[in-house]
Amino acid sequence: MNAEMILFFIFGAVSLIGAISVISFRHPIYSALSLIVTFFSQAGLFVLLGAHFVAAVQVIVYAGAIMVLFLFVIMLLNLGTLSAKGVLTGKLKGIAIVLAILFAAEGIYIAVNALKGDTAVASAQAATEPITTEYIGELLFSKYLLPFEVTSLILLAALIGVIVLVKRENTTEN
Amino acid sequence: MEIDLVEQIIIPVIKVLFIAHLLVIGVMAMIWSERRVSGWMQDRLGPNRVGPQGLLQPIADGIKFLFKEDLIPNHVDKPLYVLAPAMLLVPAMITIAVVPFGDSIAIAGIDIPLQIADLNIGILYILAITSLGVYGVVIGAWASNNKYSLLGGLRSSAQMISYELTLGLAIIGILMLSSSLSLRTIAIEQGSYPWKWNFLIHFPAFLAFTTAMFAETNRLPFDLAEAEQELVAGYHTEYSSMKFAIFFMAEYMNMIVGSAVVVTLFLGGWHFFGLESIGGPFWSGIISFAIFFIKTGVFLFIFIWVRWTLPRFRYDQLMNFGWKFLLPVTLTSIVVTGTLYVTTNGNLIWIGIGNVISAFIVVAIVAGMLAMDNNSKSAVQSAPTAAPLRGLDAVE
Amino acid sequence: MSLEYYLILSALLFTIGVIGVLVRRNAIIIFMCIELMLNAANLAFVAISRNLGTAEGQLFVFFVMAVAAAEVAIGLAIIVSVFKHRETINVDEVNSLKG
Repeated sequence: MNAEMILFFIFGAVSLIGAISVISFRHPIYSALSLIVTFFSQAGLFVLLGAHFVAAVQVIVYAGAIMVLFLFVIMLLNLGTLSAKGVLTGKLKGIAIVLAILFAAEGIYIAVNALKGDTAVASAQAATEPITTEYIGELLFSKYLLPFEVTSLILLAALIGVIVLVKRENTTEN
Repeated sequence: MEIDLVEQIIIPVIKVLFIAHLLVIGVMAMIWSERRVSGWMQDRLGPNRVGPQGLLQPIADGIKFLFKEDLIPNHVDKPLYVLAPAMLLVPAMITIAVVPFGDSIAIAGIDIPLQIADLNIGILYILAITSLGVYGVVIGAWASNNKYSLLGGLRSSAQMISYELTLGLAIIGILMLSSSLSLRTIAIEQGSYPWKWNFLIHFPAFLAFTTAMFAETNRLPFDLAEAEQELVAGYHTEYSSMKFAIFFMAEYMNMIVGSAVVVTLFLGGWHFFGLESIGGPFWSGIISFAIFFIKTGVFLFIFIWVRWTLPRFRYDQLMNFGWKFLLPVTLTSIVVTGTLYVTTNGNLIWIGIGNVISAFIVVAIVAGMLAMDNNSKSAVQSAPTAAPLRGLDAVE
Repeated sequence: MSLEYYLILSALLFTIGVIGVLVRRNAIIIFMCIELMLNAANLAFVAISRNLGTAEGQLFVFFVMAVAAAEVAIGLAIIVSVFKHRETINVDEVNSLKG
């Protein structure tokens, strides 16, 4: 049991608890906060995996921007009063949970067994040197330039989409 | 093994304790100096009764806060209400971990860098942690279950999201020139002399970063979230005793840490005309720390100075300023810095001049467009209305 | 530290997200569960990237995050406008398109 193992189990347990809380809290604000906890422990897992850049971006993008937006909307709409019903309200919740558990079993089975045959993957020593931010930047601006540019187009499309959605509201109101 | 214990456990612990206490003492000093400097600027005395020159006033305040009844109103969401002050204070404190507060110092043959942790993603760490500061405000506001608090929280979250962009974009020029994310490397690259420091090379970015930092710390002229005249006390209306004091401490701590970051990124860190390398390896460490300390103090004075110079923005003005002026200026600064770096082979003088000129051009263009927009609008409707809630609509 | 642990954790997180989408009716919480699923996938990407010693997995995570940010902006705007028209964000009650 080395240090990495212990940290993995701590972060993993925290992220699982956070994830379960997301779907079991009645109030959206509590769900959002649990999700932030999950994202944080995932950032910790990324650091364990040597992906420092991804860990920082995870906190900046998910915890710092996306979840603030979620909280903002929850507060703006004051949704607390609406979710007074129970947590499990779907019509087919029994079937849903059974199917989900089957799905989880399948995922775990694949994770444990399918990799065993492929010795190249399973036995590959973990990379000794963490991948630096510099290297990621170089790849982004050379080999993966086209996907990078397409990403900017996606963000632009989202920007325009949101503006259009909000603009229409304003003109109908005035 | 003995050396290992000293180097890997004892020294870091001492450094952490030193900085944590320095921050808390700094908060007390800030509370005192804010009140005294405010008094001086308004031609009155300020607190001068407790101790010499009123120096013990913060301690008296702290004792008062500690002994007040810890009141939790009935209508609040209790877990979150209790959690919120901590969520504000912790990010404020841990940001300092990557800021180098001096060169290295040699004690008993061991070379100790004056920095808690030299992360190779230092700046990203700072951006990540500062972006978490908003949660304390938002959660506290929501848990208070009070409409003024909620309005303060909404204003604050929208403001922080908007100005965080500027904060992040303003440092990209620096990152391009220093090609490192580590704050220590950035401070070293700037060298000893002020004309090579980043605030001259990236002057528009420096102004934008400072402005955005004022907004992030909720200081005047950006203290919309706690505007006394409009929202009672904003997000901490329902808080009293030590919880209120923690909100207060977190605000001052944010200011101190923010000043330290600005000093590191733009004002040369611990360098000052080669003064930092005078003396042996021990004294140079002490002097470099003193230089950093004084620079941060001067910047904190500017915080107080601005508070009594500029009035508070209106909400739509705040949003317009952030999105229509700061953001274009920083974006242009990135493009100009990159282009000039390649075309002039990294000539810093040209980059500095180009940055300033391009910022002027951008501001002129935006101001012209806004003026044209206002003219065409006022032709249609008589006067632009500025109801208090218009800001909320603009946010949606 | 072997790859399987990370992949199992990723599978579990993904499943929790799936359960959330299936059983919760609050549109915002469903949305959060989708984010959770994206994150579970990210974890698998980074773990495998580390295992292979390449950076491609991390790059993919970067793209996933960009897409997630765009998706959240649009999605929340839609939720806000649905709420303005319908006064509800329960996905069972927003069913005008149902035949």
